[in-house]
Amino acid sequence: MSDGKGSVARRNRVKLRGRTIELGHGAGGKAMRDLIDAIFVELFDNPLLAPLQDHAEIDLHRLAQSGDRLAFTTDSYVVDPLFFPGGDIGRLAVNGTVNDLAVGGASPLYLTCSVIIEEGLPLDTVRDVATSMQFAARNAGVCIVTGDTKVVPHGAADKLFINTTGLGVIPEHVQLGVERVRAGDVVLVNGYLGDHGAAVLAARGDLGLDTSVVSDCQPLHELVHRLLGSGADIRCLRDATRGGLAAVVNEFAENADVCFRLQETALPVREEVKGVCELLGLDPMYFANEGKLVAVVSAASAETALQAMRELPAGEHAAIIGEVTASPAGVVIMKTGFGGERIVDMLVGEQLPRIC
Amino acid sequence: MPFISPTSGVGCVAPQTSNVKYVDEFRDPHKAAALLKGIHDFAACIESPRERPLQLMEVCGGHTHAIFKYGIEPMLPERIELVHGPGCPVCVLPMGRVDDCVALAERPEVIFTTFGDALRVPGSRKSLLQAKAQGADVRTVYSPTDALQIAREHPSKEVVFFALGFETTIPSTAITVLQANRESIGNFSVFCNHITIIPTIKALLDSPDLQLDGFLGPGHVSMVIGTEPYEFIAAHYCKPVVISGFEPLDIVHSIWMVLKQLAEGRCEVENQYARVVPPRGNPVALDAVEEVFELREFCEWRGLGSIDHSGVRIRKRFAAFDAEKRFAIANLQIADPKSCQCGEVLKGLIKPSDCKVFGTACTPQAPLGSLMVSSEGACAAYYNYGRVDLRESSLARTYPHASG
Repeated sequence: MSDGKGSVARRNRVKLRGRTIELGHGAGGKAMRDLIDAIFVELFDNPLLAPLQDHAEIDLHRLAQSGDRLAFTTDSYVVDPLFFPGGDIGRLAVNGTVNDLAVGGASPLYLTCSVIIEEGLPLDTVRDVATSMQFAARNAGVCIVTGDTKVVPHGAADKLFINTTGLGVIPEHVQLGVERVRAGDVVLVNGYLGDHGAAVLAARGDLGLDTSVVSDCQPLHELVHRLLGSGADIRCLRDATRGGLAAVVNEFAENADVCFRLQETALPVREEVKGVCELLGLDPMYFANEGKLVAVVSAASAETALQAMRELPAGEHAAIIGEVTASPAGVVIMKTGFGGERIVDMLVGEQLPRIC
Repeated sequence: MPFISPTSGVGCVAPQTSNVKYVDEFRDPHKAAALLKGIHDFAACIESPRERPLQLMEVCGGHTHAIFKYGIEPMLPERIELVHGPGCPVCVLPMGRVDDCVALAERPEVIFTTFGDALRVPGSRKSLLQAKAQGADVRTVYSPTDALQIAREHPSKEVVFFALGFETTIPSTAITVLQANRESIGNFSVFCNHITIIPTIKALLDSPDLQLDGFLGPGHVSMVIGTEPYEFIAAHYCKPVVISGFEPLDIVHSIWMVLKQLAEGRCEVENQYARVVPPRGNPVALDAVEEVFELREFCEWRGLGSIDHSGVRIRKRFAAFDAEKRFAIANLQIADPKSCQCGEVLKGLIKPSDCKVFGTACTPQAPLGSLMVSSEGACAAYYNYGRVDLRESSLARTYPHASG
């Protein structure tokens, strides 16, 4: 939306003609300016975006007052369908990047928003997504300060892709990192696992699933803030998105060269999600989440961290799910509800349903 | 009132407040502990003339998957070795069949439909997943009726269903062909690679290097064919067979039943999965299969070679729905990679981890042998769930069930 040299005059209310996105909306001319002004500038309105330059100018002095390091992250969002129970691609694009900053211990401050739109997408869809982004940004306390709009021919992209880049500041006292994980530490999650994966799977409609599960798409910055302020010794945090809980704990085990031992019976999974998994031969440990983090804390801090999470809605169903041991290093072992043990590996490619 | 399962040999108690959902009831660790104690007791008293473990084969890949998923193997006495049998249809699929699938899928007029776990099986050139990435229209379905629906929705395309699996999936293919025939759907066909289990078990039993002590019989195959076709295993080969369900308690219960037979010197076909498997199977399904399919003279299996009468093909009457008749299919014969020891694993001669390429040249990311592809494959299960010896791990050592 910073394409072209903007001015206050451009901020006059613009009425878009037509009902669908055309290639001209990405061609750099008036149609594109109108699209940007009528949707993105109108909705994202904030002082850093207002000058509509090719960049946003951020006051370093002000940033330095909140911490001593910048956190900088980027993510692209390509979910299908664009709207699903509990969220949409816009909300996901804001919360996902906010959460990537938050689990680094950063206060999220600024986002960019780049959209790649497929020709033929209804303008109302773009507006709905942008509205959702603005709502999510306000909710997470961040501003969308610059961006870009591209339109590609029909078939060259699937409806709408969004990239958001996020900038945040890490306070001086916050030190998080997987290298701080030690044998004896305790593993927590902030609530039900697999809701987003199950909700999107059901929303695709090709499995004929009828379920009440909604995505857990939510910002986690307040939860992290509460955790960091609780006095608990937090070793590291990570949001369990694609690849699910299994991917996060495997990364931790590998990078910290320790063993993560999980208790299957302690994993918070909704009955509906369990049901979907039973039916399709899938595993909720591999389902994506969009509002769940894994926390590794010292054993002495486990209860403090658990209580801190449970004080907020985003952590209402938080649970201690396992512990860290020295060996076998680099491996995740789960004690099954049945009483056995097994290795939990990362997923290879996609989860594929079994024949029978 | 507690719920007591009338069909399972083990009483299943659910808390009063919870609904009985027939899932958790079959995963109760306390029931398992009682059965495991019995297994340890039997294992201690069964006389064996040989200096080797008691080998029990679970024929079905679904059992293999459950055994690893629930961590059953480390709970068993060391004297018992589970041999992961040939009942994973993806795992016994020859490379040449995958190449035929890829060739079909790459035809511009074809929408190629398949069950999900066939996608990653390596062909000699590429897998179906790679063909899809290169532009072939390959779609995952959960049922052949989904493929038929795609045919209805795309009348200008040729929709081919890759029919794969044992008697568990053969009836649904048969019923779909009958439905397509009733509706005279002209753009739907089946690339039939269905296989049957009994000739395969017989071939395994006739193998001179095989020394199995008993079988866990496949549950869902038996739901269709019943328990009678297994009688020859007990009668002629003197091996106990227990048809088993797929929940962990089913499997532990079935192992207990096989050991009980061995301890008592019996060889019978017993049905642990009586809540699903009727002795005579499902006559409606069997009739549909009989109407649509006939036995092939022989069928090529990956790792096991050619087995007589182990495959089925579509009868001439339904040739219009037979992809082998509609398209020129090369029917390629491609030898398994030399370093691949899938066949020896399938026969229980070696453990997956004993294979020369296990975990090195052959991993789930880059499978060389098909046992590494499907989560039902013994090698993939070993790799995903069991490559650390949990019997040796500290938790397993202190775990009460493991020591009986």
